[in-house]
Amino acid sequence: MIPVVLGVTFLVFIIMDLAPGDPVLLILGDNASEEARIEKTRELGLDQPVVIRFGKYVYNFFFKADMGNSYISGRSVSAEVLSRFPNTLKLSLVAALASLLMALPLGIIAAVKQNSLFDNTSMVVSLIGNSMPAFWLGMMLVLVFALKLRWFPVQGMSQGWKSFVLPSISIGLMNMAAVARTTRSSMLETIRQDYIRTARAKGIKESRVIMHHAFRNAVIPTITVAGVQLGNLLGGAVITETVFAWPGLGRMMVQAVSSRDVPMILGCIITLSFCYSVVNLLVDLLYGFFDPRVKTMYT
Amino acid sequence: MMRERSQSKYALEIRDLAVEYRTIEWTARALNGLDLSIEKGKTLGLVGETGAGKTTAGLSIMGLIPNPPGRIASGSILLEGEELLTKTEREYRKIRGKKVSMIFQDPMSSLNPVLTIEDQLTEVIETHEHLSNRECRKKAEQMLELVGIPADRITEYPHQFSGGMKQRVVIAIALACTPALLIADEPTTALDVTIQAQVLETMKNLKNMYSMSMLMITHDLGIVADVCDSVSVIYAGRVVEHGSLEDVFDHTRHPYTIGLFNSLPNMKDRTMKLKPIKGLMPDPGNLPRGCTFAERCDYAQGMCREVYPEKIYRNKEHYVRCHLYLSKTIESEMWNR
Amino acid sequence: MRDQYEKYSQYRLVVLRLRRNKGAVIGFIFLCLLVASAIFADFLFDYEAEVIAQNISQRLLHPSFQHPLGTDEFGRDLLARIVHGSRISLLVASLAIVLAVSFGGTLGAIAGFYGGLVDNVIMRITDVLLSIPMTMFAIVIVAALGASTRNLVLAIGAASVPIFARIVRGAVLTVRDVEYVEAARAIGAKNSTIIVHHILPNCLAPIIVQVTLRMASAIYNTAALSFLGMGVSPPSPEWGALLASGRNYIRNYSYLSVIPGVLIMLTILSLNMLGDGLRDALDPRLK
Repeated sequence: MIPVVLGVTFLVFIIMDLAPGDPVLLILGDNASEEARIEKTRELGLDQPVVIRFGKYVYNFFFKADMGNSYISGRSVSAEVLSRFPNTLKLSLVAALASLLMALPLGIIAAVKQNSLFDNTSMVVSLIGNSMPAFWLGMMLVLVFALKLRWFPVQGMSQGWKSFVLPSISIGLMNMAAVARTTRSSMLETIRQDYIRTARAKGIKESRVIMHHAFRNAVIPTITVAGVQLGNLLGGAVITETVFAWPGLGRMMVQAVSSRDVPMILGCIITLSFCYSVVNLLVDLLYGFFDPRVKTMYT
Repeated sequence: MMRERSQSKYALEIRDLAVEYRTIEWTARALNGLDLSIEKGKTLGLVGETGAGKTTAGLSIMGLIPNPPGRIASGSILLEGEELLTKTEREYRKIRGKKVSMIFQDPMSSLNPVLTIEDQLTEVIETHEHLSNRECRKKAEQMLELVGIPADRITEYPHQFSGGMKQRVVIAIALACTPALLIADEPTTALDVTIQAQVLETMKNLKNMYSMSMLMITHDLGIVADVCDSVSVIYAGRVVEHGSLEDVFDHTRHPYTIGLFNSLPNMKDRTMKLKPIKGLMPDPGNLPRGCTFAERCDYAQGMCREVYPEKIYRNKEHYVRCHLYLSKTIESEMWNR
Repeated sequence: MRDQYEKYSQYRLVVLRLRRNKGAVIGFIFLCLLVASAIFADFLFDYEAEVIAQNISQRLLHPSFQHPLGTDEFGRDLLARIVHGSRISLLVASLAIVLAVSFGGTLGAIAGFYGGLVDNVIMRITDVLLSIPMTMFAIVIVAALGASTRNLVLAIGAASVPIFARIVRGAVLTVRDVEYVEAARAIGAKNSTIIVHHILPNCLAPIIVQVTLRMASAIYNTAALSFLGMGVSPPSPEWGALLASGRNYIRNYSYLSVIPGVLIMLTILSLNMLGDGLRDALDPRLK
């Protein structure tokens, strides 16, 4: 995982470095004097070659948790990131949880009642949900539920649990659709297996056959898909935060991009990417938890 | 009802069972008037080619015919005198695993890979018997020992067992609640020959120990000779010959059964050619009128293609469905092999 | 010779199976309409007059006969803008995918063919690329290089490279050591011939499926970035940008936000349905 994060950092660093425009001018303004510019350049360390700068950056990041200071506000990037990141995290978690809670039962029931009305409608609905851009869905939800019906706030995080509802649905719907469809096909595949027949031959309750026997097997390939979707979820959060003026990392990053605040952009990307890698790691661990064949490999 | 059940001499009686599989495009009769009976404590071998309806018979008794597309069209199944086909799903569940159990062909896929052996073994005990957790576990360990597996392996997962051991676990699960009838659907087909012998030995011992009745579904006449008390030969969804082991092996009457025996290689006379039965079984969606074996039969006559033969009895138990015989001639007419 | 005939009948089979999938057919028809409108956009609506020119007296008219989808805050006909907008979305998506397939495919082929260190390095790079969600990666590229159509293509293309690299690499690995390749090499066939004749057919199916799905993703990301103001620059009528500007008037002129979004959704939906249908048609076992 670490090499990947390093790789990402390096990549983003290089890309940002390619950016045209001089940060020094950005900070000091066009009319700055020659000396002031040289001074600033040295101060920011921009006169040194890329590799050294990168090295310094990594060093600062790992040992001092220092990601530099914003070009625009001058404040510490790490501090800003730390203050906003939890909000993004909370939103993503709520969205992920909500979507899973909806997707799994949907997929299971659709599989059990294959080809029924429920099955067909829920899969069509899933497909449509999967195709709705999160930011547009967010706008539509705001239109109906916040502006017209006034049930939920239009934006911001200030109204407690109500604030979470619309954003998490916007983000979670795309996620939910994919997971529901995968759960369904995975369950259909599992129910056909011989060991399900053995389970039924024991005379146990059908609900136990489905949940304890079938689902525990079907969930394994679903985990992969859920993991991939989580990446999209993070990406979706970035955009949706703008729609809802959510005080999170995504929105901050978007603002940093428009003002070309390189350290801030770097800080946000690295944090988000780090987060994504951690999630992937957890997903891999989850595999081991659910599939004893993997578990015994490690013991 | 209770008294009737225990008085019946038969563990299992199937009368005129018809099972069909229906799709939008076709209807196939997997079982076409099946008659079967097993006395208490005895083993019946159900012999036939693949596709004859053997597995369907087993699944019908268990009530596990997938519906859709399958359904039981008519007939009756009496388990210890009790009619099964009128039971609700709920009632049926009480019987499965408790009064009748089934083990299937492929041990590799019969066990759930993500659950421990303990889980899968205690499950059936917990469902049917009212024992505490500790007692269930103890019983499970006992069952494992009984099939020749060390009890401390109970916490392991199926993938950690070999094929033969897996099948023995399956047997342990099937017998954990001492059912009156065990249906074994080709239990040793997927195993090595040496392991086959071990597993069969285990099954025989357990059967004797529990005085259990058994339905051994197989296409292997060797196994029949080893394990069974009586034999039913099934062809295209119906029994064409039935009798005790001696009746069917030494006094074979039906041309199909004769064909089955003839297709076994003769170990003594190596020069004899293998005599396979020509042709294939009829399409269950399109069964012919008359005797279903007529197409492939060397001795078929006009009537064979028109009328399905009745049962002709040679003695109290041994009967055959074939136009070649009349009640008078069947004993003396020893067919030339 | 027989090979060619076999391939021909395989095609037919796939097409037949695809035709049976209603969703895929509907999706395909919609996409054809979209492409047609993109190609003939200039004939339908003059760019200068209807898409760019501002006409304040006509601003913010609700949908009517003259303006079937209404007008925006500058008096421009929304239908005209949407039709021209389809051009941008489709262009960016197609170019990005072409870039991704060619670049990614080549990388994958090299990695699979030569193995060893080369393979390792390329795989590490793809790992890194895959660990960044596409949207964020696109934002980064745009942040660095500025907002333009070209950079958008670059960003989305680069983010899609890993998938195609993996597919081709997988195909190469399965085929590389197979006997008939050795035989082909023994009779002197060049590497390039081997690649075209043996490797390509193996990976064509998954590539086609991924192309449709990636295009859906590309359209989404194009709209997303334009929505954030990081995509095309005004007055380009890209759908995401239309959403962004419509957002300001959402309270009373909701059609400005609803309609472009519906179109984005329908396009993505069509691509998804087509991709699903293709996946089923090319390998029905996977159902």
